[in-house]
Amino acid sequence: MSARETVIEVRGLVNRFGAQTVHENLDLDVYRGEIIGVVGGSGTGKSVLLRTIVGLVRPVAGEVRVFGEDLLSLPAEKRSLVERRFGVLFQSGALFSSLTVAENVALPLVEHAGLDRLDAQRLAGVKLALSGLPVDAGRKYPSQLSGGMIKRAALARALALDPEILFLDEPTAGLDPISAAAFDSLLVTLRDALGLTVFLVTHDLDTLYSTCDRVAVLSQRRVLAAAAIDEVARTDDAWVQAYFNGPRGRAATLAAHRGKD
Amino acid sequence: MTTAPAPGSATLTRDAAGERLSISGDWTLAHYPALQRRANELAGSIGAEVAVDIARLGAMDTSGAFVIAELLGSARTQQLAQHEDLPAARRALLKTVGDAIDAYCKGVKRKRDAGFVEALERIGRSLEGSWKQTAKLLAFIGITLQGFLATVWQPKRWRVTSLVSHIEQTGLDAVPILALLSFMVGAVVAFLGSTALASYGASIFTVDLIGFAFLREFGVLLTSILLAGRTASAFTAQIGSMKAREEIDAIRTLGLDPVELLVLPRVLALLIALPLLTFIAMIAGIVGGGVVCMAVLKMSPSMFLSMFQADISLTQFLVGIAKAPVFAFMIGVIGCMEGFKVSGSAQSVGEHTTSAVVQSIFVVILLDALAALFYMEMGW
Repeated sequence: MSARETVIEVRGLVNRFGAQTVHENLDLDVYRGEIIGVVGGSGTGKSVLLRTIVGLVRPVAGEVRVFGEDLLSLPAEKRSLVERRFGVLFQSGALFSSLTVAENVALPLVEHAGLDRLDAQRLAGVKLALSGLPVDAGRKYPSQLSGGMIKRAALARALALDPEILFLDEPTAGLDPISAAAFDSLLVTLRDALGLTVFLVTHDLDTLYSTCDRVAVLSQRRVLAAAAIDEVARTDDAWVQAYFNGPRGRAATLAAHRGKD
Repeated sequence: MTTAPAPGSATLTRDAAGERLSISGDWTLAHYPALQRRANELAGSIGAEVAVDIARLGAMDTSGAFVIAELLGSARTQQLAQHEDLPAARRALLKTVGDAIDAYCKGVKRKRDAGFVEALERIGRSLEGSWKQTAKLLAFIGITLQGFLATVWQPKRWRVTSLVSHIEQTGLDAVPILALLSFMVGAVVAFLGSTALASYGASIFTVDLIGFAFLREFGVLLTSILLAGRTASAFTAQIGSMKAREEIDAIRTLGLDPVELLVLPRVLALLIALPLLTFIAMIAGIVGGGVVCMAVLKMSPSMFLSMFQADISLTQFLVGIAKAPVFAFMIGVIGCMEGFKVSGSAQSVGEHTTSAVVQSIFVVILLDALAALFYMEMGW
């Protein structure tokens, strides 16, 4: 495991909004095929980090390389080619409300893969089924779906072009425990089946324990620790201790260990 | 990952050992249309006992796996997923897609297009839709009147602040544009009149034309159409975005009445503002016409006024302004009702805003035509 391929490389990242510095000299590596969970208190810039990596936020300084390419310095055409290699699931789904769920998933297939509408719709149906949605959900509009179904539909859209990296921004937030657990196992299944690399921003300790290979803790404007979860939980830091060894953290640890037995 | 990227291909061979399907090359999204075509060609000719050889398979993603799974059917895909030759990731992918296809049933079938029947169906639907629309409008008018009667005797429940603010937005703020618009239309009517009447040597009656036109029809019609575009849309958008963000539900759960809180102040504001605006529009139109009379017909202001006074009775004004409250009520009610019909998405707000404007302009012109018939029969 020593010579793992790095797909995302963040070096010396600085993000600043007005007088507020969110990231200062932040370094992070993400390796191919792993699920990395990014945790941190509210306002520590987890979502900003995700948005920086996918190129939605221009950092003040530092370097972000995805597949060895600096997105922000690429010409538009090449950038689009790289962007097709990752899928993003936004916090609230960000499904296009004027399109049906199936059309949402078919959109990138029509635009980028050059499929005709009928083929795209058929493939979209498969992606929806892969994400665990019932067949009739494809014909509905996003406003007619529940929160959990929206997350699944958004996942199907993120998976439309068979991306190599999947970015998930709090995928289980607002889901009931059963749906959240189902989402976690879906994630692991898809990672194993499709060989995805998953960049997961989450608050959900159960998700961290059940899915993540590594956990990166954002604190004090940088990555405090990035390692396997048990190792991270032993880090000598007040916030990390409160997070992983607080009442919720202990319950999740217990559940995870019970699950392994 | 693959040494020689080549588009995927599938060949079916028959020999003594039986049927053999060889799958090779890259089965990925990039080659999807070609793969799908090949699969469709093969679909009919594959027997149940076919042996599948996928040792030379290159890259494969979900799209490719879907084509294979669809070609082989879910049972054989599951068998294939057990195949020892395949790496674990491939097997997992085939199994996942095979499972998904099971859930996906028969796939998306194209809706059959039966031209004439479908046209009839659409006509029926839209007829039913417009009937329901009318019923809803009548119901909403009823609710509004009921809300009004319930609160009118209780001054404590009057929303004076809201009412005044809406009068400002719908009335005062519309004065400049309305005055300018009516002035210009008045000038245009006067130009038309003086040209058309000149051939009869009666261009002096342009004054009467302007007076009749603006007092009876144009004043109230211009105002109503302007407010239908300006205010009905604003009402729909305001109430609609509140509906989309569940604010209306919040009002209900707080034990308040959305009709009393949102609809009454808006409708009452229009009822007050629109007649006043109509009066302004009449004056501005007549002034516009008067200016043209003076410039083109070389008529003095005093002559214009004395002719106006002699030929045009007060009835013309009353007949015109009497329509204003009716139009105001309809515009306000339609604007609010469309707002309440908004559901969920931002798209819906836009649709209903458009619908509010179209409906209120339609209703205004319809009622105006009916009123013209009525006045004519009454000899007013």
